[in-house]
Amino acid sequence: MEAYLLAAATFCLLSSFGHTLFKLGSGRVQPGRLNLVMMIVAFGLLSMDLWMRGEVQRSCPINSLFDVLVFMSWSTILIYFVVGSAYRLSLLGAFTSPLVLGILLFAQITPINRDAHMRLFRDHWIELHAALSIISYGAFALAGVAGLMYLLQNRQLKKRKGGTLLYNLPPITDLGIANARLIWLGLILLTISFAAGFASGMQVNTLKFWTSAGIWAAYALMVLLRGIHTMAPKRTAILSVGVFIFILVTLPVIQHLSNPK
Amino acid sequence: MTILCAGINHHNAPIEVREKFAIGGNDLQESLAQLRAIDGLFGAVIVSTCNRVEFYAASVCPMRVMDGMRRFIDKRAGVTEAPFYTHDSHLSIRHLFRVASGLDSMVIGETEILGQIKQAYSTAFEFGATNVHLNKLFQNAFRVAKQVRSETQITRGSTSVGSVAVDLAGKIFGDLSGRKVMLLGAGDTSERVARSLVSRGVRTVIVANRTFDRAAALADEIGGLAVHFDHWHTAFDEVDILICSTAAPHPIVTREKLEAIMQSHQERPLFIIDLAVPRDVHPSVNDLENVYLYDIDSLEQIARQSIEVRQGEITRCEKMIDRHVRDFLLWMRNHPGAIR
Repeated sequence: MEAYLLAAATFCLLSSFGHTLFKLGSGRVQPGRLNLVMMIVAFGLLSMDLWMRGEVQRSCPINSLFDVLVFMSWSTILIYFVVGSAYRLSLLGAFTSPLVLGILLFAQITPINRDAHMRLFRDHWIELHAALSIISYGAFALAGVAGLMYLLQNRQLKKRKGGTLLYNLPPITDLGIANARLIWLGLILLTISFAAGFASGMQVNTLKFWTSAGIWAAYALMVLLRGIHTMAPKRTAILSVGVFIFILVTLPVIQHLSNPK
Repeated sequence: MTILCAGINHHNAPIEVREKFAIGGNDLQESLAQLRAIDGLFGAVIVSTCNRVEFYAASVCPMRVMDGMRRFIDKRAGVTEAPFYTHDSHLSIRHLFRVASGLDSMVIGETEILGQIKQAYSTAFEFGATNVHLNKLFQNAFRVAKQVRSETQITRGSTSVGSVAVDLAGKIFGDLSGRKVMLLGAGDTSERVARSLVSRGVRTVIVANRTFDRAAALADEIGGLAVHFDHWHTAFDEVDILICSTAAPHPIVTREKLEAIMQSHQERPLFIIDLAVPRDVHPSVNDLENVYLYDIDSLEQIARQSIEVRQGEITRCEKMIDRHVRDFLLWMRNHPGAIR
C-alpha cells in the first residue's frame, strides 16, 4: 500500500513539473492552481505513507535512508506551504516540485537501504533530534531553491535582454530576503535538533558529528555575515545552493552512521 | 436580431477628426437617448475614448437603424462625410471582442481599453439603454478579453522605454515605495521615467543638473530635492535608482567611482538607467555586484522584444476570438426573440 501511495505522490509531482515545463515552453508561465493542487495532493499522499510506516515501525519513520528521503520530501513541501503562503513568490512551487520529485525518484528507483534499523528502546529526544534535523533540511532545500531562483534572476537582469523568465521570476530583492530567512529558519530548527541530540546523551560517530557541525557552521556563518552586511545576497545564494548539494551528497553517509549498531 | 457597430478610430481618422466626435460626461446620456429614439433600435452602447468613438446597437431592422445612426453622426459632427466604418452582426461582434482584448489598440495588448469599455457599458446599462443581446455581448467581450490576456502573451512586457524601466525597477526591488531616485541631468525622458516611478510609490527624488535652476524647477514640480551637479555623489547615499541623461561627452559614472560608493550601499541593489548618448555610465559598471545597468539601447531592445512577442500572439488571440464569435452567433440564433 505504501508503495502505491509513494508512486501516486511521485506521479502528482511529475504532472506538476510536466505542466510547468509545458507552460514555460509555450511562453505561458504562471503555473497557477494545478501546480498547487498537485503539491497538496502529493503532500497528503506522503503524509499517509509516513503515517502508515510510522504505525508499522512504532516510531517516527526515519529509520533507513529510504525513510529519510521520503521524510525530507515531505518536509520540503511542508516548508514550501509555510513559506509559499508567507512570501507568495511566483514560481517557487515550479522550482520546488522538480527537487522533491528528484529526491522521491531517487528513493524509489535506486537500490538504497530500505530496511528500518529499529532501536530497542524508543527515545523521544533522539526521535525529535532526527525529525527536526530532516525538517531543517527541508528549509535548507527551499533556501537552495530560492537561492537558485535568485541566481537565475540575477543572470536575467545582468544580461539586459528581458525575456519570459525575467518577467515571471519574483523580484530579486524578495528572493534574497526569502533565501536569507529560510536559512534562518533551517538554522533554528537544526540548532534545536542538535540540542535534542545532546539531551538524549546518544553516542555520535566522529565523522557524523563533524559533518553535521560543519553544515551547521556553514549556515551560521551565512546568517552572521548577512547580518553584519559582509556577505552579498548573491554569495549567500551560491553558498545556500552549494551547502544543500553537500547535504544531499553526505546524507547517505550520515544516515548510515546514525543506524543503531 | 442584429448587432451593429459604427465608429471612427485611430486607424481611419486623425485626432482632429476624432475630437469632433468625442462624447463624454452628460453628453453621453443625451447621445444615448438620441440613439435609443432611432426607430427599430432596441439597445445602444457608446464607447468614447481618446482613440475611438464607437456606437454599438441591437436591432431587427439593420438598414433603417444604420441610416438613423449615420444621421446621428452627421448631425453631431456638422460635416456630411465622416470617415465612419460600419459593421453588421458578425463583424461587429468580432470587432468588439478585438477592441476589448486590446488587439485594435494603438499599442497592441494595452489593458486600459477594457476598463473604458466596462465604463461605457455600465453607463449605458444604468441608463437603461441596453437590451438582452447587448448585455450578453458585452459580458462575453469582458470574458473574452480576460481569457485572451490570461492565456496568451498579448500583454507581455512593456512597450516603451519608460515603462520598461519602471518594470525592471519592480523586478529588482519589488515594492518601490520608500525607494530613493536620483536624476543626473534633467532630460525629458528621464523626467517621464522619474514621474512614473513616483506614481509607483518612490519616496524621494534628487535632481542634479548642470543648470541648477532647471534642477530646482524640476525638483519642485515632482516634489523632489535639487543638488548642485558637482556634488551629486555626496547626495548618493541610500539612492536605489539612478537615472542619467546628461550631455557629458564622457562617462561621468565610472566603475572606480561607483565601487567606492557601493561599499556604503551595503547589500541594497542599485539600478542605473542610462538614457544619455554618449553614455553617462561606463559599461563595466554592470559587472559590479548588486548593480544593474541598462542603457537606452537595452531598454529599447526589451521594448521591441515585447512588441514582437505581442505581435506574434495576435494569430492565437484571433483564433480564440473567432471561437467566441461563433459561440455568440449560435446563442443569438437560439435567442432571436429576446428583444428587451
